[in-house]
Amino acid sequence: MDVTQLSPDEVIFWEWGFLHINATIVFTWAVMALMIGGVWLATRHLTNSSEVPRGQNALEVVIDYIGGQIREISGGDRPEPYLPFVGTVFLFIAVANLLTVLPGYVAPTASLSTTAALAIAVFLAVPVFGVTRQGWRGYLRHYIEPNPIMLPFNVIGDLSRTLALAVRLFGNIMSGTKIVAVLVGIVPLVFPIVFRALGLLTGLIQAYIFAVLAMVYIASAMSVSTEDERVDDDSIHSDERNSSWTPQQ
Amino acid sequence: MDATTVIGLVSVITAGLTIAIGSIGPAFGEARALDRALASIAQQPDEAGRITRTVFVGLAFIESTAIYCFVISIILIFANPFWNQVIGG
Repeated sequence: MDVTQLSPDEVIFWEWGFLHINATIVFTWAVMALMIGGVWLATRHLTNSSEVPRGQNALEVVIDYIGGQIREISGGDRPEPYLPFVGTVFLFIAVANLLTVLPGYVAPTASLSTTAALAIAVFLAVPVFGVTRQGWRGYLRHYIEPNPIMLPFNVIGDLSRTLALAVRLFGNIMSGTKIVAVLVGIVPLVFPIVFRALGLLTGLIQAYIFAVLAMVYIASAMSVSTEDERVDDDSIHSDERNSSWTPQQ
Repeated sequence: MDATTVIGLVSVITAGLTIAIGSIGPAFGEARALDRALASIAQQPDEAGRITRTVFVGLAFIESTAIYCFVISIILIFANPFWNQVIGG
């Protein structure tokens, strides 16, 4: 991928009729294969004994950490219902971004197609979780709160935060790739490495932020009518209030 | 000047201005947010984890305005929709 190409969508490896196998698809497959293969290797011999294999131990640390974060954001809920979705999103983005240390690899998240797909997945997951928790009435009621005049704004808010989710991830990762590509042309010796390292940090933080925001949106769809309070984009602040509650059920 | 020159000129200048002006606001905003967050962590080290998480998410929100500007300027340079009207016909 050189400087003049906006995203890995434009690097086409193989073409047949209307089928284009571009770099985004190939690297997404590579990330999927790596993750599935690695996890399969690590979980072949799961054990319950006191002596745990290294792979299982590492995965348990990751899963436990994600679960703890989910529990804090959702205000003490059990993390199990959300862990498969939020954890998968986080791990996919994190692995896709961290693999940029390999030469020749372009993160699939540097393409707007990938990030839009992830954002749409979050957009669909929010009503699914909300409806399973509260039913259709309870979920749809939060669109007319605090009063029906806010209906169009709530709908626009749902759409715009999905757009923001996609563009934020795309912009961050793409800018990292682009800065390195430009620097390779100007000062090819040391400076690209520094910015690569910065790109790794940004990639991990963006994966964290994407997963946290997905969880915040899901949690806001779950908790609106169970308690009579409005939870919105800034519902992270409501952690302080949530943590002092005792579970009602 | 023909249309191609005008579009190229305007696109490049606008791209530079977009990212230059558009990064001022988020820079100040992030500075203020970090300022308050560090002061809060210094006062309440026990809450450092929660404050850090909130700040990260907040910074991502603030930063997204700068990212929008960046995406606009990148579109103006790499994927300008007006180029095709002039060149591609």
